[in-house]
Amino acid sequence: MYSYDKYDQALVDQRVEQFRDQVRRRIAGELTEEEFRPLRLRNGLYLQLHAYMLRVAIPYGTLSSCQLRGLAHIARRYDKGFGHFTTRTNIQFHWIKLEDIADAMAELAKVEMHGIQTSGNSVRNVTADHFAGVAPDEIEDPRIWSEIIRQWSTLHPEFSFLPRKFKIAVSGSPNDRAALRIHDLALRMHRNAAGEVGFEVMVGGGLGRSPFIAKTIREFLPKRHLLSYLEAVLRVYNQAGRRDNLWKARIKILVHELGAAKFAELVEAEWNQIKGGAVEVPDAEIERIAAQFVPPAYDPDAPTFTHEFDALRLNDLGFGRWLKTNVARHKQPGYSIVTLSLKPEGGTPGDMTAEQMDAVADLADRYSFGEIRVTHVQNLVLPHVRRADLPVVWRALAKLGLATPNIGLATDIIACPGLDFCSLANARSIPVAQRITERFNDLARVHDIGELKIKISGCINACGHHHVGHIGILGVDKNGEEFYQVTLGGSEETNASLGTILGPALPASRIVDAVETLVETYLALRRDGERFLDAYRRLGTAPFKERIYAAA
Amino acid sequence: MVKAVKTPAAQIVTGNRLRDGAVIYLAGDSQWSTDIAQGAVAHDAAEANRLMAVANQAAVDRVVVNPYLIEVAVAGDSIQPVGTRERIRAFGPSIATPPSDRLPA
Repeated sequence: MYSYDKYDQALVDQRVEQFRDQVRRRIAGELTEEEFRPLRLRNGLYLQLHAYMLRVAIPYGTLSSCQLRGLAHIARRYDKGFGHFTTRTNIQFHWIKLEDIADAMAELAKVEMHGIQTSGNSVRNVTADHFAGVAPDEIEDPRIWSEIIRQWSTLHPEFSFLPRKFKIAVSGSPNDRAALRIHDLALRMHRNAAGEVGFEVMVGGGLGRSPFIAKTIREFLPKRHLLSYLEAVLRVYNQAGRRDNLWKARIKILVHELGAAKFAELVEAEWNQIKGGAVEVPDAEIERIAAQFVPPAYDPDAPTFTHEFDALRLNDLGFGRWLKTNVARHKQPGYSIVTLSLKPEGGTPGDMTAEQMDAVADLADRYSFGEIRVTHVQNLVLPHVRRADLPVVWRALAKLGLATPNIGLATDIIACPGLDFCSLANARSIPVAQRITERFNDLARVHDIGELKIKISGCINACGHHHVGHIGILGVDKNGEEFYQVTLGGSEETNASLGTILGPALPASRIVDAVETLVETYLALRRDGERFLDAYRRLGTAPFKERIYAAA
Repeated sequence: MVKAVKTPAAQIVTGNRLRDGAVIYLAGDSQWSTDIAQGAVAHDAAEANRLMAVANQAAVDRVVVNPYLIEVAVAGDSIQPVGTRERIRAFGPSIATPPSDRLPA
């Protein structure tokens, strides 16, 4: 894992003291709210419905056990004892006080964390495949380049006032686990015909009011030119992106209006001016950063099976289900990747108490080389668990309520904070997610339904990724009442697609029944082994629409 | 039992407290309260304007951030926001937030 050097630490420490003074000036009346607002947003501090909310960046979703304990401390000391993991792999604290914020940030800085660029029109927290460095299908570890992007984009003077926010994702695998195609810019590592590793560069993806799937503008970018090429993309966007209309300011609109080919042409022209220049990362620096992502000291003799493991797998249905959905293959023989479900029945997707954070940090230290990952699906991962330790880890997680065997299934729902917390929301998201998990509380049924991604947003900004849900649910306001619009057939994976609106929005009282009807329709029509998404792609909306609106 | 008399034209002033972001309401004695039941109710435009003038001065005085008027229904001593958003601001979140805060039924 990457550890701050003296420059990283000095930058974050200085920012804490700058912000401490800005908060003091605000409370003393030397700054108006209008003057203070952009300053607090640059540090991830929002004013939401009930309180201030602090968003803390978790670069490429990677946390040390020490950092997770640090977050637990913030939750306990400065908030109401919990935090909320987001689809940007960040964590949000919903109940922070302005008068405490500088102290909270100073404590975060001690564990190499901050809220810088988690808001505002800048390059946001870079995300990556949450199985980075451990996935068997990986070509190269995307965290090395994610860290380089983090350093390059942090306080980059030219890109601190972009037309709008800018989100980057990186993957080192052919199978997309990082929702690449819904990002402003995405990088996928692959090999060219000569066997060299480089990046496919995609731009102009995004959800919100005008959703788009990103388009490839360069099939192969040699790794050594990454930063000059990114700089060229950002420079074209910074100059040509719209600043006259908030809803048309994202790069996706520019790419759509110009066309991907023309946009690529502008980028190439800019790139040719700066390629090989001062912004390229020296080899020594790449090596310094890469050295911090070397694999941990795996036991080469770690057994792939033990008697206890085998017996439990055969005799305990719960363990068997958990292995099937929450445990993934690791590149190192004898090890597994364990996903912790933050989606218990009736719970709030992505929420975690301080006690759970501390306990997971302890488990990470004991069983996963002190490392934890955050996924864009609002779950956590222990990336390096010996297969022989799976029974004990499963029991420990079950006690913590973090072993629900539902990863990728109907109850592994993404939900934004919605109208329970967010000042932008039109409708609540979390209660809908809770009611769906309560309706689908029979694990046998949920496993029979199979892969099904339900994603819920409380407004068109789409923090809950509803456009790419197999079933997407969007909260809308109709004359002060909460209604929900349903989309079908979205996916953020390798063959990404945007969902199709099924029909008129449904009242809150009907939305859970509607989800159940969609599932029952799928079960009646599916072919052997056919997932919900595949069945939808074969059948289209018609049979689903008929069932939902016939009942109206 | 007091019969609910909905008065859609009734308004009160709300905002967030500067120091901690808490939801607050302009109360009858020009003080601010976290309890919506203490809100000073305006039944006409002139009174609403007067309350907003008090609130805007409180924003200058760093008590409240971004004050604004909301529509409420008044029934006896009870003041209920008309819209879902303001109801959630007043009594929410509507979900359990550890340790345990819950919207009253």
